[in-house]
Amino acid sequence: MELDPLVLSRIQFAFVVCFHAIFPVFTIGLASTIAGFETLYFKTENPIWQRLSKFWIQVFAVVFGIGVVSGIVMSFQFGTNWSNFSYATANFLGPVLSYEVITAFFLEAAFLGVLLFGREKVPQGVHLFAAIMVATGTFISSFWILSANSLLQTPDGLELIDGIYHVKSWADALFTASFGYRFTHMALASFLTAALVVAGVSAWFILQKRELEANKKALSVALWFLLFLAPLQTVVGDFHGLNTMKHQPTKVAAMEGNWETSTGVPLLLFAIPDKEAQTNHFELKIPKLASFILTHDWDGEVPGLKAVPKEEQPPVFVVFWSFRVMVGLGLLMVLFGVWGLFYRKGGKIYTSPVFLQGLRLMSISPFFAVLAGWIVTEAGRAPWLIYGQMTHAEGLTPSLTGGMALFSLIGYVVVYALVFSAGIYYLLKVFKGGLEKANAPHEMDEVERPARPFSAGHVAIDGDL
Amino acid sequence: MEPTFDLTLIWAGIIGFGIMMYVLMDGFDLGQGILYPFAPDEQARDKMMNSVAPVWDGNETWLVLGGAGLLAAFPLVYSVFLPALYIGVFLMLAGLIFRGVAFEFRFKAKTSKYLWSYSFSIGSFIASFAQGAVVGAYIQGFETEGFAYSGGPLDWLTPFTVLTGFGLVIGYALLGSTWLIMKTDGAVQQWAYKITPKLLIALLIVFGVVSFYTPYVDSTAMVRWFEGISIIWALPVLVLFCAYVVFRSVKKQQDGMPFVATMGIFLFSYLGLLVSKWPYIVPPNFTIYDAASSYNSQLFLLLGFLFVIPIVLAYTSWTYWVFRGKVGDAGYH
Repeated sequence: MELDPLVLSRIQFAFVVCFHAIFPVFTIGLASTIAGFETLYFKTENPIWQRLSKFWIQVFAVVFGIGVVSGIVMSFQFGTNWSNFSYATANFLGPVLSYEVITAFFLEAAFLGVLLFGREKVPQGVHLFAAIMVATGTFISSFWILSANSLLQTPDGLELIDGIYHVKSWADALFTASFGYRFTHMALASFLTAALVVAGVSAWFILQKRELEANKKALSVALWFLLFLAPLQTVVGDFHGLNTMKHQPTKVAAMEGNWETSTGVPLLLFAIPDKEAQTNHFELKIPKLASFILTHDWDGEVPGLKAVPKEEQPPVFVVFWSFRVMVGLGLLMVLFGVWGLFYRKGGKIYTSPVFLQGLRLMSISPFFAVLAGWIVTEAGRAPWLIYGQMTHAEGLTPSLTGGMALFSLIGYVVVYALVFSAGIYYLLKVFKGGLEKANAPHEMDEVERPARPFSAGHVAIDGDL
Repeated sequence: MEPTFDLTLIWAGIIGFGIMMYVLMDGFDLGQGILYPFAPDEQARDKMMNSVAPVWDGNETWLVLGGAGLLAAFPLVYSVFLPALYIGVFLMLAGLIFRGVAFEFRFKAKTSKYLWSYSFSIGSFIASFAQGAVVGAYIQGFETEGFAYSGGPLDWLTPFTVLTGFGLVIGYALLGSTWLIMKTDGAVQQWAYKITPKLLIALLIVFGVVSFYTPYVDSTAMVRWFEGISIIWALPVLVLFCAYVVFRSVKKQQDGMPFVATMGIFLFSYLGLLVSKWPYIVPPNFTIYDAASSYNSQLFLLLGFLFVIPIVLAYTSWTYWVFRGKVGDAGYH
């Protein structure tokens, strides 16, 4: 079998980016959660908020550390595997990605250290300020990344001269048509991730009867967030979908599994899309619902895949099903939010084992939802790397061979498997240590430093706790 | 817009400075990993780790900053070097990641400590060797077609680049051993005094071979160095002078001078390399001006760099200041 460098590079990129994405999506939401706990502590002086904050800061430190490490590979991969793309878009992509790096370093240098290690050394107000700045910084970082991604989805503000893109207007290029929707959708996803992880871990602690008072408070706050954010996210998602239909109709067609541009299109609950045969098998549908959702009119027109030639269609099966996974998990989150509201009466949210166990399981759901969402938007753009302008094949490194791509793909899988299983194993240890360990006096670690977030963790990776 | 400043030149300065900072600073802590298997005992190894613990990963800041800065300011370098050095870049990143995580977990480990230690050592060696090979590949130059690399996957791996690879491994080990002289005392320092002259001799031999080899690999360098005697001959003289200072200060058992003089060796060799190649950044065909991004993009990013680099520098110096002096017996942990 001939090894195809294009396919292998796409698999490698997807693997690395998926692995990387789950960390920032969590840290962005968690940074705000911590800032929230610190604000509550500052206002109420109730030490419970401080106990919670101390624990979640440790979790944040470890997740942030892993995220930074996996991000390093991303910044080199554009050059190694997609050199034609990098060269053509460097005038825009270079500064934007550099600004992301700069933001991260500035954040680390200035505020992360105070947040992680400065509690006893600076006034409480300064510590709170640092917490808020770290949270703000994570949003600035994601601004740059999502701006870069949005430009690839809905290009604007650039001018192509001799095969090189030049920035005609920074404002247009940074704030393209899809940017606002993508940023809001992603920010809410980060908050939901943090809410569900905090809820799940607190539920687990409550089931074990550990630090009940503090964990009950955390669970209660997390459930309020879930109640409001999960439905809000479906609304924002809907608007994002409408924006996509306007600018990338083929992607929406793939999400709906709709082959012919037509009116009164049904919503498919189940189907096996078959790109070869240009049709679906085993459809299970609700009449006219897709038209209604996408156009807010029962007989509205929905774009079809066949509007473009087969080679310009995305991998329909992947997009169709990833979309359903994302929406399904999103609805499950709404359900848990509402369930929590009903169970508040009589404090059943703290006592019902079924509910608490359910939340425990739900704590991993946002990660799958986020990955599914990114697969929808990225695979849905295929075969375009820059929508309508440059394909993946055109962006590939010309000198890349299948063998090289396979070598690095296997290499990254091995390195990530080793390094990140250690990281996640350690994270689980931090969870096991719980609020008790995070708040226990520990021997002062003299080399605790912000650039070494792991040094904020105070549990051993092996041996007993 | 008519360019008022030569931004390309400014960016060449920034990137050149960033690379030098990276080599000097990450060099001595990669050196700990290289020296690690040869250390006299476990206690010495703990001390070596502790001496770089507070600073090692701040050092790698410069690598990431350099990588991103290259894409923004000299996209051609980014899009030719990375494909040409594909496998080398992978090995370097894998080595750095592996070593970084191993370093951190070693401090958290009790029973599995030795496992993390050896990961740290192997990762450091691979990353250093790959970086040295990159230097060699830069001297050799790159086969290009249009604005893209057109050579094979292993063109970068030649006897010459293997030599530069080992050269940098030895160089980093020397930075590491002189760093230990400065930061430790007692048995570890004595050991460092003992190995430093040997490492220096090995390094000078490799340097000699590379220097005589370079003009054959690269004709531009030949012309530059041998068409009349110019001021640039001061650079190799300064390298030799620094080497002499290292020998003398080790003999006198001075603390700080060996490290400072070793940094001098690196600095003047680096400058020597740059004058051999100037103004070619993607040899043999492209100068810094061919490789530059648009004026507008260089300017856009420069504003951010001018704001952040001073902060990173201030923060870095503050860290080194806080952790100045010798590493105690108890260590930091």
